Amino acid sequence: MSAMSKKLIQNLAETLSKHVKHFCVKSVFCGVRFNKTEAECLIRLYNTLLGDQAERKVGTGLDRSTFRNILHNTFGLTDDMMMDRVFRSFDKDNDSYIGVKEWLEGLAVFLRGTLEEKIKYCFDVYDLNGDGYISREEMFHMLKDSLIRQPTEEDPDEGVKDLVEITLKKMDYDHDNRLSYADFEKAVRDENLLLEAFGTCLPDAKSIQAFEQHAFQDTLEHRFT
Amino acid sequence: MGVALARAAQWTSASSGACRLELTRVNEALLRDVVRFVEQFSARHPREAKLVFKEPLRWKTSLRASDFTTEYDISGSCVQSRDSDGDGRPLLQLTPPHVSVCCFDQLTRLLQLANDRKLKEVRACLEANRDPVVQMLGPTFAMVEGEDSSTLRLLDRLKEDSQSGEVEVEVRLLLILQQLDTQLLSSSLQQLAQEVSLSPAAVRRDVELLKRLCAGPEKALKSVDYTSDSAGYEFSNGCRSPPSSQVHGEIASLLIEPCDSEPLFITCSTAGVFLNAGVQQEAEEKACDRRSDVHKDLVSLLKTKSRHFAKSINKQDFVVQEEPPTTLEPHVEAVDVEAASQTLRLHEHQEKNALKKARQQPAPNKSGSEKKLEPSLKWKNLGLQSPHEVAEEKKARKSGGERATESQRKSPRSESKVKASRSPLPGRLSSSKIKTSGGGTGTEDFSASSSESDGDEESERRGESHTDLPSDYWQIQKLVKYLKVGNQTATVIALCSMRDFNLAQEACQLAIRDVGGLEVLINLLDTDQIKCKIGSLKILKEISQSSQIRRAIADLGGLQTMVLILDSPDKELKCLAAETIANVARFKRARRTVRQSGGIKRLVELLACVPGDRSVTSDRERDVEVARCGALALWSCSKSSRNKEAIRKAGAIPLLARLLKVPQTNMLIPVVGTLQECASQRSYRVAIQTEGMIKDLVKNLNCDNQELQMHCASAIFKCAEDKQTRDLVRKYDGLRPLVVLLTQASNKQLLSATTGAIWKCSISMENVAKFEEYKALEMLVGLLTDQPEEVLVNVVGALGECAQRPGNRATIRKSGGIPPLVGLLTGTNRALLVNVTRAVGACAADPESMTIIDRLDGVRLLWSLLKNPNPDVQASAAWAICPCIENAKDAGEMVRSFVGGLELIVRLLKSENKEVLASVCAAIANIAKDEENLAVITDHGVVPMLAVLTNTTDDQLRRYLAEAVAHCCTWGSNCVAFGEAGAVAPLVLYLHSKDPAVHRATAQALFQLSRHPNNCITMHQSGVVKPLIDMMGSSDKILQEAAAGCVGNIRRLALANDKARYG
Repeated sequence: MSAMSKKLIQNLAETLSKHVKHFCVKSVFCGVRFNKTEAECLIRLYNTLLGDQAERKVGTGLDRSTFRNILHNTFGLTDDMMMDRVFRSFDKDNDSYIGVKEWLEGLAVFLRGTLEEKIKYCFDVYDLNGDGYISREEMFHMLKDSLIRQPTEEDPDEGVKDLVEITLKKMDYDHDNRLSYADFEKAVRDENLLLEAFGTCLPDAKSIQAFEQHAFQDTLEHRFT
Repeated sequence: MGVALARAAQWTSASSGACRLELTRVNEALLRDVVRFVEQFSARHPREAKLVFKEPLRWKTSLRASDFTTEYDISGSCVQSRDSDGDGRPLLQLTPPHVSVCCFDQLTRLLQLANDRKLKEVRACLEANRDPVVQMLGPTFAMVEGEDSSTLRLLDRLKEDSQSGEVEVEVRLLLILQQLDTQLLSSSLQQLAQEVSLSPAAVRRDVELLKRLCAGPEKALKSVDYTSDSAGYEFSNGCRSPPSSQVHGEIASLLIEPCDSEPLFITCSTAGVFLNAGVQQEAEEKACDRRSDVHKDLVSLLKTKSRHFAKSINKQDFVVQEEPPTTLEPHVEAVDVEAASQTLRLHEHQEKNALKKARQQPAPNKSGSEKKLEPSLKWKNLGLQSPHEVAEEKKARKSGGERATESQRKSPRSESKVKASRSPLPGRLSSSKIKTSGGGTGTEDFSASSSESDGDEESERRGESHTDLPSDYWQIQKLVKYLKVGNQTATVIALCSMRDFNLAQEACQLAIRDVGGLEVLINLLDTDQIKCKIGSLKILKEISQSSQIRRAIADLGGLQTMVLILDSPDKELKCLAAETIANVARFKRARRTVRQSGGIKRLVELLACVPGDRSVTSDRERDVEVARCGALALWSCSKSSRNKEAIRKAGAIPLLARLLKVPQTNMLIPVVGTLQECASQRSYRVAIQTEGMIKDLVKNLNCDNQELQMHCASAIFKCAEDKQTRDLVRKYDGLRPLVVLLTQASNKQLLSATTGAIWKCSISMENVAKFEEYKALEMLVGLLTDQPEEVLVNVVGALGECAQRPGNRATIRKSGGIPPLVGLLTGTNRALLVNVTRAVGACAADPESMTIIDRLDGVRLLWSLLKNPNPDVQASAAWAICPCIENAKDAGEMVRSFVGGLELIVRLLKSENKEVLASVCAAIANIAKDEENLAVITDHGVVPMLAVLTNTTDDQLRRYLAEAVAHCCTWGSNCVAFGEAGAVAPLVLYLHSKDPAVHRATAQALFQLSRHPNNCITMHQSGVVKPLIDMMGSSDKILQEAAAGCVGNIRRLALANDKARYG
């Protein structure tokens, strides 16, 4: 990379950072989840990630593969489909890039969301076609790899189908053979373990801690040196 | 020195009764250090040496009165020091074989007197006082593992009363002792380190053992021999190598022929065992060249060199085990292995393996079985031993007794002999290893915790008959399958779905167990997925309500995993784990497992979760919840006495005290439950009082939860044995709520606890006054009928105490309490009988009540209780008889009417129990007031029997004995008979007693005895006059009169004598 382009990135990052800082201080939402320094740290991290991105498009943000890398390496998510869904959930404007605002908003839920926010987030992740319901088919799709296939079984999908039935029995309160948001929320409030009923889409406590430590501390050091 | 004593010193296992210090080098060095410390103490720290201990140190001494110098008051075999503490107790008191010492000054002197028996004395002292600091400075300074706040506490007290120097001296003494502690620890560490290298004795043992293995059809080796240069001569240090090689640390060289390979030339040196080049080279100085790796002992070397040997030695173990223990001495080996395990505890970390190997290896054929017998922590705790080990264990337990007697027979300082006689008996060895090396708690063997109460040993079989398997069963089986094959997501779904079944139902619980669900659930606890752990624990918590499931969980090693989960940062997880432990630990083995896997400490740490400040409420709520679950688990665990100790040592008491102040009932119940469970131990009772918990307990008596009230009352019941506690209960106004609780007669458990608390509180007369005010007596009398025995015992006990105040006797009579009380005399419950006799006796002091008792034939019933085999009942009945005789009309006639009654009571003078003797003497004194009866008991030989007892030192017995003597003198030639039976001289000694009641009774007896000239002469010779003259100046009129009368009699005799002589 030439010295020229390096400088360009730097400038860009700075302006972006300024822009977002402005937005941040104003934003009530960031003030609640992250304090100013933390928000700055996250933005700085975002910029670093953006800088590392091989093929970047100015002003658009993190692309899918970079984001998936973060999800996989930093937050310990493994399932391909789930990572895709998480990306979509972060990418509110559906432009296939995560802008800095989306980054912050997403992380706010991801790292420090309330139960309610997480329920909403998870439901969005699981609602594959975005029609406001998790259907039988969607469940099957998400659960199909959750059981180790026994070669001896006649119908390898039988177990998964049964699992879907079990889930519906447990969570479908209005008996319409699909989960509405209300169903989902009620079930999760009843039993928190069901929050990630159809696949891991939130980081566990350990990786959250590691990430926060890394993100907030590194930048602090960066600042004072 | 507490820590050093507990950790470094090597104790025998508790199975042989009292713990003793082993005869090991470490212990000897330790004792020597202590001796040196004590000897120099007086000189170095004169102020601290004068500090009087809270409790004297008592032990069985070998010193006799003759060993003491003139500095001490010596009377007969007893010795007292001239100095005494504030209350007039002598600082040193010897009543063979026991000695009690109250300060370091006296300890130092005692050691000087002991000369060459110093070590023995110190050993006996330390054996009798495992934690001497408690004795010296009071139970608040009991050894606590981990954080020890005793010094800080002392400092606080120092601040509180800076005027009096005593606390300062206490602090200094404590610091000195702690210094000694560290010193002892470090020096014993050095000792242990020295013992690690190979010694000539170990080599010889190995060789002897290997030689034995050469015999028989399945021999492991062809031959074992010393090489020519080693065979002939054994040097005095045990080495066989020529001195030139000994310089290099060589001990001996061997020629061993294995069955499957070339002969091996082996050198044994202090550094280890290795192959050498062999003698065929003929260049003898080259012979010790090393040709192989150095092994730690012969067996491990042979195992690498000869496969046949390795194979057969594994078999050998079990062959040799079958041999009965005949000529060999298992004692020493047990010492050895125990020493090893204790060493482990000392440097638990890195040295663990090296040390263990080095210390245990010398017994060769054990190492062969090492793989099989090495008990992993889990294995042992699971209780999954194979049958032959269980048998071994039994054998080992049996041998505990033998061991003890053997060690007693042996002279204490035969160390060389001990070393020499270490002959290995493999079966024994490996069994004692199993016993001792499981985890950090080595010496806890299985037999020791047998006395624990265990409310949960209900029978295994229950509901085995699920004849028609319901659909639930298949459903559960399917879910368990998903648990097995599913990833995290599927597992969580299956777990959640499983929770929808009615897990409280036995069918479901057993279904989960039968389809192998428990294994899966417990395995899930080992994963690192929090959700799975939470889900699994939620189910385990529910199903562990069933006793069968509890056992299964413990068998599968679930407790150990759950204990580890307690360290998790996730609070929900901690809570669930603690709650499940609380459920599972309802039977003894599980409680032991929790303790041995380090659970107690972790559970106690959970209690610390409550932060002092008011942080974010939801966070705080969760912390409180964690603490609550921890308390629940501790409550379950606290039912074992060893756990109580462990809980205390983990520093739980201050934490419990803090939690006692929270308002939540659901928290208070487990906290108070734990406290009341533990209050059976003295250290807890002291702590409950000193940490100010009585106030909170009393406060909670007023709550509206019956369970909590019950636990509070029960805690007070156990603690109120102590006077200060009783006063505190009164001070915090706890007596009124107790009386109010008496109205809750339908809840028997609560009633039992309440009446118990009232009973113990009524031992203080001030409290009785309060109870009168609250009209408690009438209510108690009302509870005399139709109540379970445990309530009756307490009610009657309370009435007995209350009736010590004269006014209350009338109250009891008026509210109709006498007939039911007399009716209870026909019972069989020992505790109840003791209390009833006491109550009836107290009531009998009231003449009107006495008429009722007499009419109901109560005295006959009391008298027949003298036949009860239990000495407590005998004594209590005899005490009760005394006021009956005093107050009954025509008592003499009444007593005579009991056929064989007088003979019975005289025969009780042969009892061994002091209390029985004292009570019977008191009764005899009363009986003897009637002349006819006195004649009868004289015929039954009361005089010589009383005379035999006169040598006692027990003040209570002395008093009543003297009374009995005084009354018996009035008949016939009894007076002379006492003199002839040698009762007079010992009686004179009673005048030196400190108890004024003894003085009075003795003076009366002496007065009666002095009617006969011979007795006067004996008295005079025993130096009676001076103390009697002192007593004539007493303010007690009866004493005055009796003393004067006696002196008068003696004087008259002297005058008559003079008159006769000089006319």
